[in-house]
Amino acid sequence: MFEENHKTYFETITVLDQDGAIVNESLMPDISDTDLLKAYKELLFARTADLQIVSYQRQGRIYTYPPNFGQEAVSGAAGVVMTDHDWLVPAFREMSAMLAKGVTLKEYFLFFMGYEDGSNFKNASRVLPISVPIASQLLHAAGIGYALRYQKEPGVVFTYVGDGGTSEGDFHEALNFAGVWKAPVVFTIQNNQYAISTSTRLQTASDSLAVKAMAYGIRVERVDGNDFLAMLKAYQEAVKCCNEHNGPVLIDAVTYRRGAHTTSDDPSRYRTKEEEDAWALKDPLRRLNLYLTAKGLWNDALEEETVIRFKGEIDAIFAEAETYDAYPKEDVFKYMYVEKPDELARQEQHYDAFLKWKEANESTINMSHS
Amino acid sequence: MKVMTMVNAINDALDVKLSEDQRIVVYGEDVGVEGGVFRVTEGLQQKYGAERVFDSPLAESGIVGTAVGMAIAGLRPVVEMQFCGFIYPAMNQLISHVTRMHNRSRGKYRVPMVIRMPYGGGINALEHHSESMEALFGHIPGLKVVVPSTPYDAKGLLISAIESDDPILFMEPKRIYRAIKQEVDEGRYALPLGKAKVVQEGTDVTVVAFGAMVREVQKAAELAKERGVSMEIIDLRSIYPIDRETIVNSVKKTSRIMTVSEGPSSFGIGAEISQIVLEDAFLYLDAPPTRVAGFDTIVPLPRGEHHYMQSPLKILYEVEQIVNY
Repeated sequence: MFEENHKTYFETITVLDQDGAIVNESLMPDISDTDLLKAYKELLFARTADLQIVSYQRQGRIYTYPPNFGQEAVSGAAGVVMTDHDWLVPAFREMSAMLAKGVTLKEYFLFFMGYEDGSNFKNASRVLPISVPIASQLLHAAGIGYALRYQKEPGVVFTYVGDGGTSEGDFHEALNFAGVWKAPVVFTIQNNQYAISTSTRLQTASDSLAVKAMAYGIRVERVDGNDFLAMLKAYQEAVKCCNEHNGPVLIDAVTYRRGAHTTSDDPSRYRTKEEEDAWALKDPLRRLNLYLTAKGLWNDALEEETVIRFKGEIDAIFAEAETYDAYPKEDVFKYMYVEKPDELARQEQHYDAFLKWKEANESTINMSHS
Repeated sequence: MKVMTMVNAINDALDVKLSEDQRIVVYGEDVGVEGGVFRVTEGLQQKYGAERVFDSPLAESGIVGTAVGMAIAGLRPVVEMQFCGFIYPAMNQLISHVTRMHNRSRGKYRVPMVIRMPYGGGINALEHHSESMEALFGHIPGLKVVVPSTPYDAKGLLISAIESDDPILFMEPKRIYRAIKQEVDEGRYALPLGKAKVVQEGTDVTVVAFGAMVREVQKAAELAKERGVSMEIIDLRSIYPIDRETIVNSVKKTSRIMTVSEGPSSFGIGAEISQIVLEDAFLYLDAPPTRVAGFDTIVPLPRGEHHYMQSPLKILYEVEQIVNY
């Protein structure tokens, strides 16, 4: 994989087909059955959590949320490959990789419940917070890659962007900088067919997104992003490339966002039920499930029992997140600077004076006029 | 001690820090082989190698965005924007990440980086090479904005900026890059960030300026003195945070406040300083605050620039207005 030939620009690599059969034995990733089963359970956990979050949102218990549904294999496969040396620079649909890196589900919940504390990953090093401005995070990954080389430290940077993000200038600048610097960065396009409502064919006149790597002189592979085994193989090879100073690499992971862009979005406005049904058959968990079941490593009863257990665990973590401390006023001011300017301290004191006044006067003021 | 221009002094500050801190890398457009279009980084690549001082691809967002990653990963990048008018492609990185990562991660990740950038007019340049947009940057939460007006200050402030754990925008008044020569201490010395300096004491009016305008105000003060007016001059040195105390103490003495800056007048530094004075020295004022600033126009091309720029005579005119109010 990641050879310097033009086939990689347009041909999509598949190892496991949609019926759960191995169609490309030569590209089987290096993973034991035990680890593969473990990886499947992690995908199932992430999917169960993702679906639960959407339901919490519907119940008004969490704010706007961008579901991962259908794309779990993309960042999940990176989760298997990443080590403590590696960095993760996510966009906002990489729950599996974040959890694999040590971000807790509670922290993930807290972020979408409206707490910055959810981005201070207490037990996870080398993971950046979720990045919302599209493609901007890719430059941070390129910079971290430069730093790793400069410090002569081992490690690879895993970073993500959507198909829409490939239209942003920062996508091109990041591939270009990383290419010139030979930075050890694995760029993955979560090519999920839509940027909110805009289809990929409206983003580019290129025949594929992978072909964009050619312009930057970097290696690329177009991979079936719903095929966990192909994604895993791609990441294993990508890491090898980076370690051999042949990085950066680009992975165009062809997948499908089965859910809405966010809980505020209505996909029925821009895509058909038929299309959704067709992609449902290519679902990454379904494929891996069929494969593991055929191998006798998994079955429907285990699936059902596991999902029920996961739901219980996830609900318990969410309930705990819901009891999170009130947002301290100090936190608004505390983190803008390492060395807080006097002006900011003055503004905080002014706000304190208001709070004191409010406490003393609130009961005497008729708020019905406001 | 050594006599230096501001270009020499900034180069010296970079040299001092590069020599004592391996985490520092310096990059930007043409800063390596050529030493920068103003030669501010001249000789540094030869001395420290192309891994530490280098030419980057020509993309401002790329320069600033990659510096965010480097800073998070433990380096201390000092990057150059070739001109103030070229920083706009990097505004997303500046506003969305450089200044937010520390707050967003609740202190887990710091972004100790410096963006150096020549700014300001008066050098007969074409469009995009003369602007002075400090108010735009002063308005960004999480950023500190520093502007020196002398070689000595430039070195000491840049060293502090590089040593700061907060991101700093270091605006260099290119009009006086080589116009002022001054004795500058050799080796490392640091000046505090966020502290203004009383350049000249006076009794009739406080005039606040920064960067290249300080010298214009000093020239105006000589003219005013001959006409019997005593000006107190404050060099702001830091746009954000702004040194409220030094300004207010001065106004309590002179009872008049005037600001001189190059950027567009509306929503500018003058308005901010007026507000500070009104909050903290309202009862001391004998005249409304005056702002001497650029028009709300684009800086005219060289043939028309004299209409736009502040001159000692223009400042003198405004000083006479305020003292005779």
